[in-house]
Amino acid sequence: MLEPRDAADLAEIVADAAAQGRKLELRGGGTKAAFGAPREAEVASLAGLTGVVDYDPAELVLTVRAGTLLSDVQALVASEGQMLAFEPWGEPAATIGGTVAAGVAGSRRVTAGSARDHLLGLTAVSGRGEVFVAGAKVVKNVTGYDLPKLMAGSWGRLGAMAELTLKVLPAPRHVVTLAARGLAPAAAHAAMACALGSRADVSAAAALPDGTVLLRVAGFAPSVAARCAVLPDLLAGHCALEAMAEDEAAPLWRQAMAGEALRGTVRWDVHLPPRHAAELIAALPEGTDWAMDWGGGRLWIGTDREDQAVREAAARLGGEARLVVAPEAMRARLNAFHPRARSVLALEARVRRAFDPKGVFATGRFAEDGDADAVSA
Amino acid sequence: MTIAMPVPDAETLAKRERIARALRAIVPGEGVIDAPEALRPWESDGLTAYRQPPLMVVLPETTAQVSAVLKWCHAEGVKVVPRGAGTSLSGGALPLADAVLLGLGKFKRILEVDYEDRVAVVQPGVTNLAITQAVEARGFYYAPDPSSQIACTIGGNVAENSGGVHCLKYGLTTNNVLGVEIVMMNGEIVRLGGRHLDPCGLDLLGVVVGSEGLLGVVTEVTVRILPKPETARAVLVGFPDAEQAGACVAQVIAEGIIPAGMEMMDRPAIHAAEAFVQVGYPLDVGALLIVEVDGPAAECDFLIGEIARIADANGAVTSRVSENEAERMAFWAGRKAAFPAVGRISPDYLCMDGTIPRRRLPDVLRRMEELSGEYGLRVANVFHAGDGNLHPLILYDANVPGELDKAEAFGADILRLCVSVGGVLTGEHGVGIEKRDLMPAMFSEADLKQQQRVKCAFDPELLLNPGKVFPVLHRCAELGRMHVHHGALPHPELPRF
Repeated sequence: MLEPRDAADLAEIVADAAAQGRKLELRGGGTKAAFGAPREAEVASLAGLTGVVDYDPAELVLTVRAGTLLSDVQALVASEGQMLAFEPWGEPAATIGGTVAAGVAGSRRVTAGSARDHLLGLTAVSGRGEVFVAGAKVVKNVTGYDLPKLMAGSWGRLGAMAELTLKVLPAPRHVVTLAARGLAPAAAHAAMACALGSRADVSAAAALPDGTVLLRVAGFAPSVAARCAVLPDLLAGHCALEAMAEDEAAPLWRQAMAGEALRGTVRWDVHLPPRHAAELIAALPEGTDWAMDWGGGRLWIGTDREDQAVREAAARLGGEARLVVAPEAMRARLNAFHPRARSVLALEARVRRAFDPKGVFATGRFAEDGDADAVSA
Repeated sequence: MTIAMPVPDAETLAKRERIARALRAIVPGEGVIDAPEALRPWESDGLTAYRQPPLMVVLPETTAQVSAVLKWCHAEGVKVVPRGAGTSLSGGALPLADAVLLGLGKFKRILEVDYEDRVAVVQPGVTNLAITQAVEARGFYYAPDPSSQIACTIGGNVAENSGGVHCLKYGLTTNNVLGVEIVMMNGEIVRLGGRHLDPCGLDLLGVVVGSEGLLGVVTEVTVRILPKPETARAVLVGFPDAEQAGACVAQVIAEGIIPAGMEMMDRPAIHAAEAFVQVGYPLDVGALLIVEVDGPAAECDFLIGEIARIADANGAVTSRVSENEAERMAFWAGRKAAFPAVGRISPDYLCMDGTIPRRRLPDVLRRMEELSGEYGLRVANVFHAGDGNLHPLILYDANVPGELDKAEAFGADILRLCVSVGGVLTGEHGVGIEKRDLMPAMFSEADLKQQQRVKCAFDPELLLNPGKVFPVLHRCAELGRMHVHHGALPHPELPRF
């Protein structure tokens, strides 16, 4: 394993790999290594690039090195009464760089945006072995192409982020979970759509197979109290709401946000227009487990079946399915990413080549990685 | 006028009639404009100091026509400049003498609104405000609200990643768009994103938004719509100077409040606005803040109290809270009239658009005042204080020989100043031609080349909106090479100084 200490080290490692035609797998904490196809590639670990470069809470901007633990970043911003609003989550070893590169976002994503929406700027090393800077260290900027958007969620296939500048926001001073019980998927979705479309400023909405619906109301105490008072009336046609204690609510939110504790050896992460969530659930075979977040826009699915039924159902309903957890043989057979149109794949391949002409980062983790290998110098 | 555009290609100019015939075969009727006198209205966008009639204008009505036009131009090596409503303040839609101006003004339909999933699918020529108007009866709105929202189109907003006074809380265009259909320069139609969140694969949508018309022509946009806040209230606070106003802004945010809008005006801007619209702005203050909160009434009432308390603690000398909608609108009337108000006290003005870390505001204002003295030109400042986005208005008279050049040099110094304190060249207006030659102040050659390689992935012949954003046009073949040619190879057609 290669262990660069800084961006200059990293540039040298990547330039060498490019010159020698080797592949490199960029890794933060290694917590998502089982995402994608099994592959053999030398690992370049970014875990040694740690530490906060600059944090001025009043500017709402944090610059941090990529290998810094996500939990450390969250603890730091929490100590100033702030948060990463996209609500990233992960195992203890997860790094901020890996979290952003994987586009991880939690329940608040539905109202606050994803990792892409909070990555303001970066310093990275391209597949050419060149250090480049993109975006900036202020919250409002449209200077040049928005390369940070491309890097967020790119799974380390364009370049290695050495330093990230993130937008941070004040954490809500007060959070209440309102819950309803006994709602079938269609009714759960309707209740969540009503809540998210209301003026009660609901920041997250999730549903579970036992019929529980969770609504999060967050902000300053007088506002939270007023909104919690009107929501039962707004949703009177859908369900009865009552406040749920945070120690009861927290594990349920986590289940909806991360697909934790789902039954089965295979887990899919389906993103789709929320109005089709209940229909997708209805199309699944008996015994399939699920959890709904983002008001129905995200559906975690747990199953033992190793076929593509979930992906096909998602595609029929205008959505897409990522294969998140699966036995090795299944991961070797099915791309982790949902298929895209040929025109989009061709464009993606050209953009990857624009950063990584030699395919240093095309390790075979994704089916489309093959495209970049074909490119010669 | 110090910004030079590429020298027109003689071969393209020579085949003008053939181009017009070919485009008329694709877009029949009145869809192609090539009579010289009819091209006058198209010769500039919102950056009116620069004017150039296009080779011709084509106004397609369908995606298939856009595709056919681009495909033909691509095959013939003819450049294309896309245009929405032409409100760009950075010259993003400035025509070129040898380029077809592709207007999307006929794409005016709202295709679908889905209130349950809170999305609207619209054509690119729909104005920003028209989206809100289409959904407001059901209690929804489209959040980004650039000041030109009655005229600017959503297609142009996507190209420029437009913001507005509410973007600290609600984000820019990029945070409110779920999907687009674009036509690439070779005529290929590509759909990016969709009606769901966070699609698989590279976030190509993310880089298309804000690409200033250099990557593709937007032919359809899917936006998120939001429930309209129950109420909004504003407080108008005067401070002896900008330093105290800035400290107030910092404390508001430090206490966990993200207002819907937080605007600052300096003394010249306050006086110009008050003289123009007479809304009762205090004239004996050095800086004025308008802080607006929106949401449930209980929240607004609480936050207004908090903000008033913080303002007092930071030395506010006047403070007024809006007690009704008319009063709130009056607070905004002055701010919204700031540009025309400055237009009244000066024959011409240049509007700059840098962003700075807010903590550097006092230094930046002080230096700007020195520069104002050195150049002998007045400057008035309006400022999106919450996010550090400055709009200095440089007052000049275009009829005085050399004064535009002087104003541009002053503006360039201001933007370099913004970058030197850790900020950026443009917060919301885009680079266009206006800030093109300043890009090296913010990005190294390696940074700019990496951006331009993305351009090459979309438009390898560099035919779409050339002369914008990048100070030096590198050939794509050269950018693809590794380990050689670190020196810039200027595009041969582009004179540089």
